[in-house]
Amino acid sequence: MALDSRIPPGPLDRKWANAKDHYKLVNPANKRKYDVIVVGAGLAGAAAAASMAELGYNVQCFVYHDSPRRAHSIAAQGGINAAKNYQNDGDSIYRLFYDTVKGGDYRSREANVYRLAELSVDIIDQAVAQGVPFAREYGGVLENRSFGGVQVSRTFYARGQTGQQLLLGAFQALERQISLGRVKMFPRHEMLDVVLVEGQAKGIITRDLVTGTISSYAADAVVLATGGYANVFYLSTNAKASNATAIWRAYRRGAYFANPCYTQIHPTCIPQSGDYQSKLTLMSESLRNDGRIWVPKKAGDTRRPDQIPESERDYYLERKYPSFGNLAPRDIASRCAKEVCDEGRGVGPGGRGVYLDFADAIKRLGRKVIDERYGNLFEMYADITAEDPYTAPMRIYPAPHYTMGGLWVDYNLMSTIPGLYIGGEANFSDHGANRLGASALMQGLADGYFVLPMTVGDYLAGQLGKKVAADRPEFKQAQAEIEQRIGRLVSAKGTRSVDSFHKELGNIMWEKCGMARSADGLKTAIGEIRTLRDQYWRDVRVLGTNEEPNQALERAGRVADFFELAELMCIDALDREESAGGHFRVEHQTAEGEAQRDDEKFLYVGAWQFTGDDSKPVLHKEPLVYEEAKLATRSYK
Amino acid sequence: MDLTLEVWRQPSRTAEGKFVTYEAKDISPDASFLEMLDVVNERLTERGEQPIHFEHDCREGICGSCGMMINGIAHGPAAGTATCQLHMRHFKHGDQIRVEPWRARAFPIIKDLIVDRSPLDLIIQAGGFISVNTGSAIEANALLVPKAVQDRSMDAAACIQCGACVAQCPNGAAQLFTSAKVSHLGLLPQGQPERYERVVRMVEIMEEHFGSCTMYGECEAVCPKEISIDFIARMNRDYLAAKFKNRKSEANG
Repeated sequence: MALDSRIPPGPLDRKWANAKDHYKLVNPANKRKYDVIVVGAGLAGAAAAASMAELGYNVQCFVYHDSPRRAHSIAAQGGINAAKNYQNDGDSIYRLFYDTVKGGDYRSREANVYRLAELSVDIIDQAVAQGVPFAREYGGVLENRSFGGVQVSRTFYARGQTGQQLLLGAFQALERQISLGRVKMFPRHEMLDVVLVEGQAKGIITRDLVTGTISSYAADAVVLATGGYANVFYLSTNAKASNATAIWRAYRRGAYFANPCYTQIHPTCIPQSGDYQSKLTLMSESLRNDGRIWVPKKAGDTRRPDQIPESERDYYLERKYPSFGNLAPRDIASRCAKEVCDEGRGVGPGGRGVYLDFADAIKRLGRKVIDERYGNLFEMYADITAEDPYTAPMRIYPAPHYTMGGLWVDYNLMSTIPGLYIGGEANFSDHGANRLGASALMQGLADGYFVLPMTVGDYLAGQLGKKVAADRPEFKQAQAEIEQRIGRLVSAKGTRSVDSFHKELGNIMWEKCGMARSADGLKTAIGEIRTLRDQYWRDVRVLGTNEEPNQALERAGRVADFFELAELMCIDALDREESAGGHFRVEHQTAEGEAQRDDEKFLYVGAWQFTGDDSKPVLHKEPLVYEEAKLATRSYK
Repeated sequence: MDLTLEVWRQPSRTAEGKFVTYEAKDISPDASFLEMLDVVNERLTERGEQPIHFEHDCREGICGSCGMMINGIAHGPAAGTATCQLHMRHFKHGDQIRVEPWRARAFPIIKDLIVDRSPLDLIIQAGGFISVNTGSAIEANALLVPKAVQDRSMDAAACIQCGACVAQCPNGAAQLFTSAKVSHLGLLPQGQPERYERVVRMVEIMEEHFGSCTMYGECEAVCPKEISIDFIARMNRDYLAAKFKNRKSEANG
């Protein structure tokens, strides 16, 4: 099947308007005849569910949490970008678009990114109207700060809890629709499969996490907003339950998976402290506004930071990238940190850390201002490390954080399965090979509030009278397959815990498909993953039964899917013989060690099609056409 | 460090529960409380016993999933800290630690340390929102909000809906939680049109499910986000104003 991205005609800045002018509409009286399933209630899912319910559709929303407000969007700290140009510093929709395309290392789709930049301004209006308490100036207007990879101040924030406040805005809109009876909420329900009837997505299979009951739900369209897959690395900044099962099940049913190798390793996380470590904690990128990153010039320097004089410190980002300095994009900042640590100049236990130092900023601005800007982050750091960042520099190290890859979608966010829509981090659409800071919240909300309600409606308009019931054989078949799979996990009765396998898988991925990748390493990884996966199905130990709350069983299904996804990531990384953004192939770098793209051969989205457990996935290419942005080597010097 | 845990184990909502003692040996002081439980659970799995079930997710103190009574204190001994951010350095080698689920009639136990906190969502559904559909917002800077008002609103909005306030309260009251949302929205100019109707609806649903507030103040002491009990006074004031003046809507004056 050829990939049709369905980009609307017309000049870039008219495409979204043109699309909206021509989407089919559903008459208000008919909207209540349509059922839409939304899986996930993070920014994209909650915003989509609430907005579609406001339009009049019947929405069913499924989350594995006890409340939709727990989704991992809640942990986003730093901010959300919008091209408001409130600071009069020359910002515009075009600039936000251009920064995002460039930041993504020219591997994203122009039309989608432009739409995202256009919608950014509406998101801020919507959020403020909902009561999101963004930071303000004394005059009462909204305040902004700057973020990595850009030279304007366009980031809106609510202390260090921007994701929380934006999610609460969407959550409250969702709760309002629940109270009005327009949304039926299914908490503690995990989606385990998507059901196709005559090639169209018509429902899902879920497991009730309290009773273990497997059920079928039918609808006229299905939206997955189930987040990213960085937990394939085991240690990441994602929440513990974040997983790829929903999108992976959809992939196995025929949705193509795009650019799985594009993963983001975030430069500012608290370093690992021991093998009991269950996750890594992000320290918002906004800290790089005022913090200065450095390591000792000498390898093996074990002096305390305050005993290392200025002249013996290497502020390596400021040195290498004078115009962006500490605000260099994430992929670059992460690779530089790895480099200096590989040279033996890392700090802290194991030498896997660099300093993020606020001494100058505290001197310049005073402790009170720093406290106001980053108070809760400093507190979190002190809680975790028992060190006080007001008096000693923080230690940070890169960690897996976000996945730019995801299910392939067209301009309307529809996957290759008709009727199956993908929003937020779960799709691949807007960030290319690297995502800039403060743009994940923007994308999730753009998809949820403004894109999906229009585009899903366009699809539904053609579905009148095509309703199916959940007792059709397709549902029964899918349900039987899920029950069988759960049975296998529960009855394996092996010797090793789910977590022990997950850690081992994560280690393979971090070493061989992490910040630096080589052909040899990736080939080895594929072999190791397969061996470990075979062992997993034979030797995993899941105690208890399906018919009770069983957290080991929940994890077991997710890890089983991570094994398959890990292999696809390595296949994709091996196939992409270039370096782009977060995908760094050691064979493809410039003399200075920067990522070297190959636009001749790789100016495309790589979308993989599942062909069966024992056969290789098939690669489909969507060529990327740049009409506005000029392909150039990214320079932040 | 070595610790002895007494953990509440209860297989299901209706089953009998009991305390079971576990030795937690060789725990790093840098591990979080939940990471300590992870280690215990790995060892239980090795021995063929079902791991202790507890709710958790972000492990950064923001999602509000985790929470347990640790030696009788919701989220344990460290102030302003959720269980996932409580580190073992707050305990001593040889300590005995009693771990229980949230204790509140409104939160029935699902399994071990997991409880059902869904009544909190019902309070939000009753009015914890501003009624504005997607698309009908005005230009953001057309609405000025004094910085002090915004800051105060944000203090209240920081609530993570973990339920510690209810669990610690001898009455099982949800005043701190409810007042945080009432205040977050009621302080802002955007929240004024529904201010009095909102407080009445939210308080009435709250009272259907939770106990009454008699100002013990224990909620404030255990709140991981250090939400001030002053918000309860503010909510009560708004509620009284709504009732006395019968001002369900601004139209009534």
